[in-house]
Amino acid sequence: MIGEELVQLLTPEGERIANSEYESTLGIDEIFGLYRDMVIIRRLCNESTSLQRQGQLALWAPVQGQEAAQIGAGRALQPMDFTFPTYREHGIAWCRGVPPKDMLRLFRATSNGGWDPQKYRHSVPTVVLGNQALNAVGYAMGIQRDGAEEAVMAFFGDGASSQGDVLESFVWASSFNTPVVFFCQNNQWGISTPMSIQSKIPLYHRAHGFGFPGIRVDGNDVLAVYEVTKRALDSARVGGGPTLIEAYTYRLGAHTTSDDPTRYRIDAEVEVWKHRDPIERVKSLLVREYHVKSAKFDEVITEADAMALQLREDVLAMDRPDPITMFDHAYAAPHPLVEEGRREMIELGVSAASPS
Amino acid sequence: MTTTNMTMAKALNEGLRRAMEKNKKVLIMGEDVGKLGGVFRITDGLQKDFGEDRVIDAPLAESAIVGTAVGLAIRGYRTVCEIQFDGFVYPAFDQIVSQVAKLHKRSDGVYTMGLVIRIPFQGGIGAIEHHSESPEAYFAQTAGLRVVSCSNPSDAYWMIQQSIEHDDPIIFCEAKSRYWEKGEVDLDNPPQGLFDAAVRREGTDVTVIGYGSSVKTMLRAADTAVAEGTSLEIIDARSLAPLDLDTMARSLEKTGRLVVVQEAPHMASIGSEIVAELSERCFYSLRAPGLRVSGYHVPYPPSRIEEDYRPSVERILDAVDRVMGAES
Repeated sequence: MIGEELVQLLTPEGERIANSEYESTLGIDEIFGLYRDMVIIRRLCNESTSLQRQGQLALWAPVQGQEAAQIGAGRALQPMDFTFPTYREHGIAWCRGVPPKDMLRLFRATSNGGWDPQKYRHSVPTVVLGNQALNAVGYAMGIQRDGAEEAVMAFFGDGASSQGDVLESFVWASSFNTPVVFFCQNNQWGISTPMSIQSKIPLYHRAHGFGFPGIRVDGNDVLAVYEVTKRALDSARVGGGPTLIEAYTYRLGAHTTSDDPTRYRIDAEVEVWKHRDPIERVKSLLVREYHVKSAKFDEVITEADAMALQLREDVLAMDRPDPITMFDHAYAAPHPLVEEGRREMIELGVSAASPS
Repeated sequence: MTTTNMTMAKALNEGLRRAMEKNKKVLIMGEDVGKLGGVFRITDGLQKDFGEDRVIDAPLAESAIVGTAVGLAIRGYRTVCEIQFDGFVYPAFDQIVSQVAKLHKRSDGVYTMGLVIRIPFQGGIGAIEHHSESPEAYFAQTAGLRVVSCSNPSDAYWMIQQSIEHDDPIIFCEAKSRYWEKGEVDLDNPPQGLFDAAVRREGTDVTVIGYGSSVKTMLRAADTAVAEGTSLEIIDARSLAPLDLDTMARSLEKTGRLVVVQEAPHMASIGSEIVAELSERCFYSLRAPGLRVSGYHVPYPPSRIEEDYRPSVERILDAVDRVMGAES
């Protein structure tokens, strides 16, 4: 299915290729910045997997292989835009400025959110597949009513593309011409469910049936993802309506740390995709075209290691919340049953220091 | 004091109009709510006066009506979602339970889920299947939601405005069989708070608690009971989650006998919760076990036989006899 339909600006070997509709607008500093972001996210992901294996996280949802899709999309956003993620959008959260330790509160099981979504203009993670696509379109309807030049991005995967909420969100976005960009990371697998039973046609073709443009981009090509996303967002902000972007990529790791992909997919497939690694191809470009020295790459590795060390410290310091906090923000206004529960817990003498 | 006589449908319409005039962020979204004014005409004329941006004719997808209202709430809008009939709310159940109820908590209080989901509920209008259900307990069970029910024009006018102004999400259940019944509405002063129960008729022998369509049936039962020498105190619960247990317990301390009336089946119902809570609070005042008069545990029947399913005056009086007789 990969072929000429795919927008690609870099080959897997990191050589530029011409595209009739898109060209890269980025200079050396920006491309190096994307490279740095991707290295940091991969390092964050590896550290988090280790933390889970060491019993410090309840779960982790790895993002290896999808760094270009997320960093390319994340860096195309403007500060005033708003994003609705799933539980795997660590790269997007990074681009929105969410501190890494806050990304891990959900996985440390100390919070069901983790950050202030209005501060970072990045909503809290949605775990129920596809709900957030409708929430994103609703937010976009608000932008229209405010007359603002802003856009929303809804993130979901190939698995959620079968959910009614995602398809309803396409109807709404089309009928009301809302400023929303649907960003589908097709990583080929919904846990063990292959793409072949999610859709008989390329996912981006679905958009045409709903009456708006769909485009497939090489999700492992950060330059292409950036340009495709930027154009879709620019269009949405000025009344151009929705776009579906299918970022064609691959989940190199497991669905989550609870998953065992060796039960449902073959190593050869994974090997093929390892050769399309999103980080290596940009590095090749930076070396070949911009003669970036290895010391400069080493600096990024050092920075990523420092981030990971800090992340580890922060996570280990993240204590079990005081159980009494479960009553906070259950409702906006006082509620008798919440107050009853709070009183009971206080009478029981439950405290943060006494796990039951 | 200005009072006006109007139907409950008109009172809802006037309440929505006033809320939209007061706050430009208030929107209405639902199926056929624009030119048609909704299948029950509750939103009649509102699109003409407030425009298509504020009274939004939705594509026919309930999950999206609620799911987009969530996004609008994050953006600072207050959307009144109209679900056309009780039996059509289930496609939206996921959004209501997973997002509407939880996002305030999940965002540590940053998001305000100020939205209202209006559901015409209960039976009694001779409709076909899926148009007469009582889904209130599904929502009452969910932490993060509040559930209220109006049974007369005055409550309709005020409770819809109070719900729109409230910062928590409200499931607003409208007794559709009472839409066309008239009553006095004081346009200047709300009769009481949104979450307060109301004593509709004072009595001394049995406390009868219900909501929505059942309230009128309960009042008729009280008329008949008087002729038989029994005095019923009639309470309209109004708020189903949370329950105004103080008002209910005050009555039960006086009467010592409890009957709860609802169209929903009694298994895990609002009525069950009222009986359980009041049994705990008023145990030493009770002179008989609290009884529930409910719909039967069967799918809502074809409407030609619905009056044998819905709580009737006779079934309420039978329960009254049982709680009265339990003593002798």
